[in-house]
Order: sequence, then C-alpha cells, then structure tokens
Amino acid sequence: MSLGSGQFWIFVFTVAGIYAMFGLGLQIQLGFAGLMNLGVVAFMAIAAYTMAILVVRESVPLWAASLAGIGAAVVFGLGIGLTSLRLRAEFFAITTFALAEIVRYVATNAAGLTGGTQGTVALAGPTTASFYNTQWLTFQADVQGWIHDLTGASVSNEVAMLVIVWVAVAAVTFILQFAVHRPWGRVLRSIREDEDVAAALGKNVLSYKLQALALGGAVTGLAGLLYAFQFSFFGPLDFDPLTTLIAFMVVILGGAARNWGVAAGAIVYGVLYAATRFLTFPPVSYLSSSDRAYLRLIVVGAVLILLMAFRPQGLFGKREELALD
Amino acid sequence: MTEFLQLVVDGLITGSIFALAGIGISLPYAILRIVNFAQGEYITYGAYCAVLVNIVWRGNMALATVAAMGGVAALSVLLEFGFWRPLRNRRASHFTLLLASFGLSLVMRGVLFVIGSSNPRTYRVNVFQVYDIGGVRLSQSELIAVVLGFVAITLVALLFAKTHTGRTMRALSDDHSLAAVAGVNTDRLIVITWIVTGVLAGLAGVLQGLLQNSFDPNMGGNLLLPVFAAVILGGVGSAYGALAGGLLVGIAMQLSTWSVLWGGLSPIWQQVVAFVVLVLALLIKPQGLLGQARLA
Repeated sequence: MSLGSGQFWIFVFTVAGIYAMFGLGLQIQLGFAGLMNLGVVAFMAIAAYTMAILVVRESVPLWAASLAGIGAAVVFGLGIGLTSLRLRAEFFAITTFALAEIVRYVATNAAGLTGGTQGTVALAGPTTASFYNTQWLTFQADVQGWIHDLTGASVSNEVAMLVIVWVAVAAVTFILQFAVHRPWGRVLRSIREDEDVAAALGKNVLSYKLQALALGGAVTGLAGLLYAFQFSFFGPLDFDPLTTLIAFMVVILGGAARNWGVAAGAIVYGVLYAATRFLTFPPVSYLSSSDRAYLRLIVVGAVLILLMAFRPQGLFGKREELALD
Repeated sequence: MTEFLQLVVDGLITGSIFALAGIGISLPYAILRIVNFAQGEYITYGAYCAVLVNIVWRGNMALATVAAMGGVAALSVLLEFGFWRPLRNRRASHFTLLLASFGLSLVMRGVLFVIGSSNPRTYRVNVFQVYDIGGVRLSQSELIAVVLGFVAITLVALLFAKTHTGRTMRALSDDHSLAAVAGVNTDRLIVITWIVTGVLAGLAGVLQGLLQNSFDPNMGGNLLLPVFAAVILGGVGSAYGALAGGLLVGIAMQLSTWSVLWGGLSPIWQQVVAFVVLVLALLIKPQGLLGQARLA
C-alpha cells in the first residue's frame, strides 16, 4: 500500500476511530474521575471475547451477544472497583495493570474457552476456522444501502465501517460532553480534584467512582466490539499492555478532560503510527524486520517519555486540569 | 510430605527473587513516590550484564554476578541523573512519572532486543549437578540462588535496622520534608537508594536467569506481576513488607501445584495464583500485611 492509496487512509482512519472510542472509555475514568486505570485493555478483551464466544459456541444472535459483551465489561469494572478502589492511586494503577495481564493470561492458556494462542479462529475447535461476524457483514451491507439512499453515492464496505465507527464516536462524545456539564460530571471532577471535599459535601465517593468504572467499561467494551468487527478474528496478543498505552497516548495527546480532544488525539496517534510504516530510508532500512518491530517499541516509549517531560497536559489540554495525584 | 517440603523450598527460592525485586519497587516508592514500571528491565539488564561476562567473555559465574550488580547500580544512578531528576525538576506529578517509567521500560526493552538479540540465553553452569538435602532436591543453580538470595535479604534487613544510612532512609520515607529540615542530605540518600535498588535488581536478574535456565529480554517484564503482588501484599512502601510478601507469594505459587490441594493446579496458572492471593488479601486488609493505614 502506498501513501496515496485511499484504501490505506480509510483503514488508518477507521482504526483511529476505534482508538478514539477506546480513549473515550479511559477518558471517563481518568479524565473525569481521576482513576488511573492501567488495565483498560481488559475491558476491550472481555467484551470482544464474550461476544465471540457466545456467537460461535452458543449461536446467540450478534446484537444480544454484543450487549452481553458490554455487560461483562461493566461487571468487570465493578469488580475492579470493589476490590481495588481502597488502594492509593499508584497501587490502583498497578492492580488494574496486573488484572489486565491476568485476563490476557487466561485468554492465552484457557484454550478450551477462548481458542488459546490462535485466537478466535480456533473457537470451534482446531479443525474448523470459526467466524463471529457474518451478521455484522449483513449489517454493514445495510449501512451501505442507507448511505446510498441518503447521498446517492455507492461506497465500499470499508467506507461503511468508517462511517459506523465515527458516528458511534461522535454519539458517545456528545453524550459525554452533555454529562460533564450535568451535576453528575461536576461531582466526578470534584472527586478528581479533592476527594475529601466531595465526601464532606455528602457525596458518596465510592459510588461515583464505581459509576465511572462501569460507564468507562461499557464504552471501552464497545471499542473492543468495534475492534473485533474491524478485524474478523483476534487473539490474546491484541490485548497486551502496549494497547492500554495507546488509550493513554490518545487521551493525553487530546488533553485530559477534553472530550473533543480524544478524537483529535486518536487521529494524531493513528496517523503518526501509520507513518512509522514508511520509515524505509537509511539507517532504518538496514535493520531486519524484527528489529524494526522493536524500534517501534522504542519510538512509542520515547514519545511517551517526551510527552510526559514536556507536555503532560497534552496537545489541547490545560495544565491545571491534570492534577492527577 | 516430601512433595510439600520440596514445594515450600521451591517457593522460598522463587520468593527470595520476588523479595529482592520487590525491594527495588518498594524503596524508590518510599523515598520518591516513584512506581517504577521499568524495574523489570533493570532486572533483565542485570541478567544480560552477566551474559556478557559469563558467555561472551567466558568469565566465571561469581564474577558475572558481581558485574551484574555493579553494572545495574551504575545504570540506576545514571538514570537518576539523566531521567528521574530532570523529570522531578519539571515538577512532574506522580501520574506523569508513572507513565514515563512505562515509556522507559519500553525503550530499555526495545534497545536490549536490538543490541542483545531475542535469542534465548543460558549461563555456563553445570545443570546436571543435583543436591539431595533430606529428600528435597536442589539443582546447583537453585542452591546458588537460595544462598545468595538469603544473604542479600539479610544484608538489606541489617542495612535498614542497624546502619545510620538505613535509619535516615526510613526517616526520609516517613516524612520527606521533616527529614530534609532535620539536615538529612536528601540528594545523597536518593543516590544511595538507587544504588541499593540497582545492586538488588542486578542480583535478582542473575538469580532469575539461573533459575529459569533459559531467558530472553522479556524476562524481567514477566516477573513484574508476582513482584507487584508481593509489594502490595506486604504493604506499600515497606521494605520488610516486600520481603515478607515476596516469600509468601513465592510459596503460594508453588503450593498451588501441590497434589493434595484439588489435585494440584497446572503450573501455567501460577501467575494467576499470585494475584488471587493479592485480591483476597486486599479484601481482608487493604493496607497490606505490614503497611500502615492509608495516609493520603
């Protein structure tokens, strides 16, 4: 694929949209409530796996399986909250990080349940390749039809996916933007700034934090479902800690507590990451392909460090809105 | 019964490594409130310093261990001046430091993969020598690991309890500004903290390398999970707690495979066991075994 290819950019922007949804889930927990959840990837994994397992194994209709997936992510969020919220912020971060690693560990090793290292392709056993997205493809075709009816343009199913993803992102962003300016959002932000003050005013801090974890879990779960639909199978490696870091990069680039910034951050990140594909000039071109994968690791790490050193409030954020300690 | 003893001894061996690594997480947290996600990579770099001496330069294992401890201590001090201190001077929040350490861990791991290659490494030790102590069997590597591990743990305990440096370190972790006002040279103590952290990380790296027999640049990162469990279990910021938590997590992980309990879990679930223990402990005593009630 070349830089000028339309298909390539459709792909980049679709994935950026999924990152944006992922970032919005983290935004509710981190940006609103100040919860340093280093395990957000687990919500994605749980929603996607629940959906895929129900569709393939139990022949549950896709919409019901998707709802169950989001429900599972919400339950997981509440479980994390009830066990770990009493810890200090840093150790809440560690515990969530570890819980996400455990989820990935289970996905890798409980092959009977999840398809193991091969991923969802092996869900129906090692001999038959299994897919969960036939009903999704029908839905995509419907969307193609609606777009044709509305605008008269015939678009590919990739464009249909792009539209679905960004409509969903816009809807969630709009809802969040609405919610922050309600009393609910104001209480959450007051908890982020000073828990004791919020508690002294009679607000149930634990309950609000649990709500943030549950709602963030639902949105992140939705991101997991979109991810699963974009790639017609997935495995444990899709949900490693590096993926959690993507959500943080997206939120931080956009500026913590900036709802519209999340989409912008996701596009910046998505385009930058896609651009590393075109690092084909010396000295990079002298490296073997596996070394280039490690180079990517180094670049992501270095960007994160530089961002933390020079612009912790993100590209579009306000410094005073990032008092997360 | 022999099986039980064997598992407890195995648990003490892995647990002593968790304890050493756990102090490396606990100490910088107590002194600087840094949660260092790159600690796993400090450990891996220790193992690879020893690879350089033991495999590339064909030196013996004792020399390699000393090199690992010295090498990581030097690296650790270097990172204090080149990484942590500049970030602190920019008044980075705890959250910023934590994410930056995550970035540091990626950079360190990536660099090691590029220059050290992803090929599995094995130290030149005699893997066939097995000792039988009252029915408990130990390989040569395991014996070295358990002896060195416990010597190091004792020395650290002595450092905190008996020396002036150790006492000022504890004072600093209790109340940073009070200690500074009382005339404690905080900058010097911070450097000492990183040296202790580095020496222990280097040692933990070599011991884990010996124990695993074959390892790659992901080794230290893979240790992070049980080590975090040990640190939180023992009580955040408490060095003694990290020791106790490490041993406890090590033993719990090994005992989960004991055939008397539910016929014994498969060893692949050991990492999960470490965290189940932790979550249970959090529900019963959220401040950890030796931690104080939540202050901030």
